[in-house]
Amino acid sequence: MEKFIRQEGLVAPLDRANVDTDQIIPKQFLKSIKRTGFGPNLFDEWRYLDEGFPGQDSSQRPKNEDFVLNQPRYQGASILLTRRNFGCGSSREHAPWALMDFGFKAIIAPSFADIFYNNCFKNGLLPIVLSEDNVEALFKAVEGKEGFRITIDLEQQQVIPESGEPLAFEIDEFRKHCLLNGLDEIGLTLNEAETIRAYEARRAEREPWIFQ
Amino acid sequence: MAGKTLYDKLWDAHLVTEREDGSALIYIDRQIIHEVTSPQAFEGLRLAGRKPWRTGASVATIDHNVPTTPFKSAAEIVDQTSRIQVQTLQDNTREFGITEFGIGDVRQGIVHVMAPEQGAVLPGMTVVCGDSHTSTNGALACLAHGIGTSEVEHVLATQTLVAKKMNNMRVSVEGDLSPAVTAKDVVLHIIGIIGTAGGNGYAIEFAGSAIRGLSLEGRMTICNMAIEAGARAGMVAVDQTTIDYVEGRPFAPKGEDWDKAVDYWRTLVSDADAEFDAEVNIDAADIRPQVSWGTSPEMVVPVDAMLPDPQAESDEVKRSGMQRAYEYMGLKPGIPVTDIKVDRVFIGSCTNSRIEDLRAAAEVAKGRKKADSVKQVLVVPGSGLVKQQAEKEGLDKVFIEAGFEWREPGCSMCLAMNPDRLEAGEHCASTSNRNFEGRQGNGGRTHLVSPAMAAAAAVAGHFVDIRELDQA
Ligand code: SF4
Repeated sequence: MEKFIRQEGLVAPLDRANVDTDQIIPKQFLKSIKRTGFGPNLFDEWRYLDEGFPGQDSSQRPKNEDFVLNQPRYQGASILLTRRNFGCGSSREHAPWALMDFGFKAIIAPSFADIFYNNCFKNGLLPIVLSEDNVEALFKAVEGKEGFRITIDLEQQQVIPESGEPLAFEIDEFRKHCLLNGLDEIGLTLNEAETIRAYEARRAEREPWIFQ
Repeated sequence: MAGKTLYDKLWDAHLVTEREDGSALIYIDRQIIHEVTSPQAFEGLRLAGRKPWRTGASVATIDHNVPTTPFKSAAEIVDQTSRIQVQTLQDNTREFGITEFGIGDVRQGIVHVMAPEQGAVLPGMTVVCGDSHTSTNGALACLAHGIGTSEVEHVLATQTLVAKKMNNMRVSVEGDLSPAVTAKDVVLHIIGIIGTAGGNGYAIEFAGSAIRGLSLEGRMTICNMAIEAGARAGMVAVDQTTIDYVEGRPFAPKGEDWDKAVDYWRTLVSDADAEFDAEVNIDAADIRPQVSWGTSPEMVVPVDAMLPDPQAESDEVKRSGMQRAYEYMGLKPGIPVTDIKVDRVFIGSCTNSRIEDLRAAAEVAKGRKKADSVKQVLVVPGSGLVKQQAEKEGLDKVFIEAGFEWREPGCSMCLAMNPDRLEAGEHCASTSNRNFEGRQGNGGRTHLVSPAMAAAAAVAGHFVDIRELDQA
């Protein structure tokens, strides 16, 4: 996994609550057996006027010019600003894969759905929770100034808008450590193989049917 | 010290180690695998040269992509990308030595129907699957939740999951349900109250006399939709209903082990003095048959109500969500629910495709006919075994006589990854769990209902109060 230390970038505002993972990457694209290549179909039903299907050349499709990610001022955005309960619904990890493949490195929202939140960290995508008020202020700032940029400092746990005060955010220590160092969680867990085996031996005494 | 909740007990029993930074490693007893969220996980194992930790812990089946018309081999699946996923799962399970109930196996079916049916899910277990409706299995008093594909790989390789303990919520439904009210109506009513994010960060225990009065299948319907209330895990404590359900299933313990297991399982209830971080109390008598009108499961009303007015909603974010939903659904505030016409009906999905669901739908369909204005009524059993049982009871004939279509098991129109789908603008009475935009087909409009309400809508051509079907 790639390290995440500091990220400076253009912000795109997606002014909707409860954006579900079916919306982030519609089901017809889940048929891929790879982790990459989902970017052109991120928010497919909102981004294009026609119906998408896998294997299509999306650059030739009619775009919905009103959709925020199609607006010229947000081209090249790497930070997504959105509303509460982002990523609800299906557990598909294709959602963070699509967001990353598109070029997003971080997402800021007042809250995230649990499974999506978890999935982000496994891929080096940073979901940041800020208060409703702070998110609202950022929406105003982003919409008010073309080219509005933000810096995210993971070490310091701060969102630093190009104007205004830095905003602190919380993140769990283990996840922060993994992101900062780009660590492979499976490798880390396997360092504790002995502990896992000892646990299994205890369980097998008490609940032998689990291991049959 | 306060007692423990059911969730606390399950968590403690599976804690392998707690790390200094507050994260924990929990042991996973059972992993269920399907074709959509596993290919990248197996690929990851291969690339790292890793082997599954304990192959016996996993069971696989195909469901999301499979056609619901008969087919005998992967080669017969017309859609190329679906075919590749079905084939890939077969190759991966063979390569890694994992049991798969594949094409032509009567045990094949929707992951969350197949696993409990086989006894592959037992009380006291931790159960994961790369699918958010894994919460279904919590009806058996286990800790069951969805995970992402990286976690599928992590569980395959280590039999553990890096986790953080959730908070405890109890939703108690006390009293008697009125006769026409089913488990589906109960859970839609609950989601209407706590909202789609109300359970974020929580494991929900469903309790109270109305829940205890439900069959195990009904409890599965409730736990299935815990995720629609934002909670990754839903669960119901062990009682005699749980034990009776498990007894004799293929993967269930036998003989001496069975007795030992039952003794242990009976402890899987929240202690009387356990404290919950949040409590929601619901009076069963308040619950009426439900219909969702919008694009989020919390946008739900009783069938005898009018569609709500967004202007009456004080929260601005919610209000704009409602307005957007009205636009997408092509509906207007203030109209009666029973005025909504349906174009198609879908009876199936991991929420409502078990034998009791099919019986409830058949009871309504019996001696009646699909309305001419309804283009299609699909009945899709949850597994090959459910299908077999239904045919033994003659339910297939009842459906066919009513003009419904009787199909092969799979997820089908719940998410429309196979050929079963809605056309843009069509309204569907669906027994599934998600009414998101485009979920059942691009531009399709989903209304979530119980199996009996779906069958009634198929007969009437619009939503009807099941209690007044013959007057409609
Ligand atoms: S039936 Fe629907 S919700 Fe259930 S596992 Fe299949 S796609 Fe998911």
